[in-house]
Amino acid sequence: MSLITCKDAAFGYDGETAISGLNFAVNGGDYLCVVGENGSGKSTLIKGLLRLKSPQQGSVLMGDGLKANEIGYLPQQTAAQKDFPASVYEVILSGRLGARGILPFYSRRDKAVAEENIRRLDIGKLRHKCYRELSGGQQRRALLARALCATKKLLLLDEPVSGLDPVVTQELYRLISTINRETGLTVIMVSHDIQSAVRYASHILHLKNKQVFFGITRDYLQSDVSKSFLGDERHD
Amino acid sequence: MIDILKEMFLTSEYTFIRRAVVVGLLVSLCAALLGVSLVLKRYSMIGDGLSHVGFGTLAVATALHAAPLTVSIPVVVLAAFLLLRISESSKIKGDAAIALISTSSLAIGVMVITFSTGMNRDVCNYMFGSILAMNKNDVTLSIVNAVIVLVLFVFFYSKIFAVTFDESFAKATGVKTGLYNMIIAFLTAITIVLGMRMMGALLISSLIIFPALTSMRVCKKWHSVTLCSAAVSVVCFFAGVVISYAKELPTGASVVIVNIAAFLIFWLVQLITKTTGFPKIKKSATEIKE
Repeated sequence: MSLITCKDAAFGYDGETAISGLNFAVNGGDYLCVVGENGSGKSTLIKGLLRLKSPQQGSVLMGDGLKANEIGYLPQQTAAQKDFPASVYEVILSGRLGARGILPFYSRRDKAVAEENIRRLDIGKLRHKCYRELSGGQQRRALLARALCATKKLLLLDEPVSGLDPVVTQELYRLISTINRETGLTVIMVSHDIQSAVRYASHILHLKNKQVFFGITRDYLQSDVSKSFLGDERHD
Repeated sequence: MIDILKEMFLTSEYTFIRRAVVVGLLVSLCAALLGVSLVLKRYSMIGDGLSHVGFGTLAVATALHAAPLTVSIPVVVLAAFLLLRISESSKIKGDAAIALISTSSLAIGVMVITFSTGMNRDVCNYMFGSILAMNKNDVTLSIVNAVIVLVLFVFFYSKIFAVTFDESFAKATGVKTGLYNMIIAFLTAITIVLGMRMMGALLISSLIIFPALTSMRVCKKWHSVTLCSAAVSVVCFFAGVVISYAKELPTGASVVIVNIAAFLIFWLVQLITKTTGFPKIKKSATEIKE
């Protein structure tokens, strides 16, 4: 069974539908990129997949025994975080909270998982640094490590590269792609960077307040949707 | 100095001072711990709003000849939940909602006082605090409250961090953020009601805001900010009470003045370490040694 299946699902705010007609399935190990213009319902869909929002109609099914506290999430940055006093280690370790339930303290296993992800993202040197003093790319790595602490199955990334310079952006994309390939972790990423999306993702979901395209990346590149969205850049 | 302390704590007639110091120290400890989270969540003004609600309920309680705390605590707790709800929904902006509720309850309080006892010294004490206001029940209640706050804070320490740092992540990974927000609001409300009559309705929120801001000048980790603000708060309160006793000054205002001084000192330390890069020099020195 698929990890996540959307059947004719619709999501919205205050009774108004932001996005509807969602029919897609994500299997274990997929790298799905959700693309579309601003206001096309991408972030709403992410909230729906995280179960922060229940569907107005249709259904979202979780398969393979996926539980809500087994989803790693990399949210968009909030204003409060810019001057937040916290060490990188404290931030990363907090990714384990969902798995802890009511228990108050981190176990040895939680710390081991945190260490493993610190190694994986190569941020050992930053461990004791203050989160607010990191560069944008380093902050994103710390938050990615935190998300990896929360999951073994599914990683949801909401515009992970917004505000980063091109070099750091490519680094982060490569990193995410490597994690997807090496660990078989399913990745769902929201992005408006269509060029990188088609380069790294295995599947594309194109939204325009409804589902315009869902399928593998190769088919997407052949489709009319991508031609109009990718625009001039593909004609030369 | 030592004579003053001896006089304050060893004179047998001065039980009211010992009561005030015990209640005050516990309240400032709790307020500082909760304050770190409230300040970082941009909820600083909630403390101020709640203390005004507390003022209104105190006035009503006095008019009805009811015990002040039995009326104040439930109403202020209710107001805290309400403010939290309003801040979460985007329809009315949080700051406007707080201003709305706090001025409303202040106005109701003033009206009730005018019709019942009239403006007198008690009203002034509600506003700016009085060291004489603590009775035996208050001491018991604040010890119970402090124990509850400390236990819950230690027990939910990492969750309070997660909810403060990134609520949407916490929620997405299955942490019950609503519950922890409620716990913070509940404890804040009780802490404010307890500290209000000593510090004054207009000044109590300083206990929540100052220690957190002061320690954030210098500390860079959540862990150290929490410990530092607890220490700063307790030390500042004690110094404030001693000064107010020695110089016969109002207690609440003295504590706030000491807090301002602490804030300025920490701010200066931050400025100095930033401009001279002091930690870096120290670091390179240790590197040379190695």
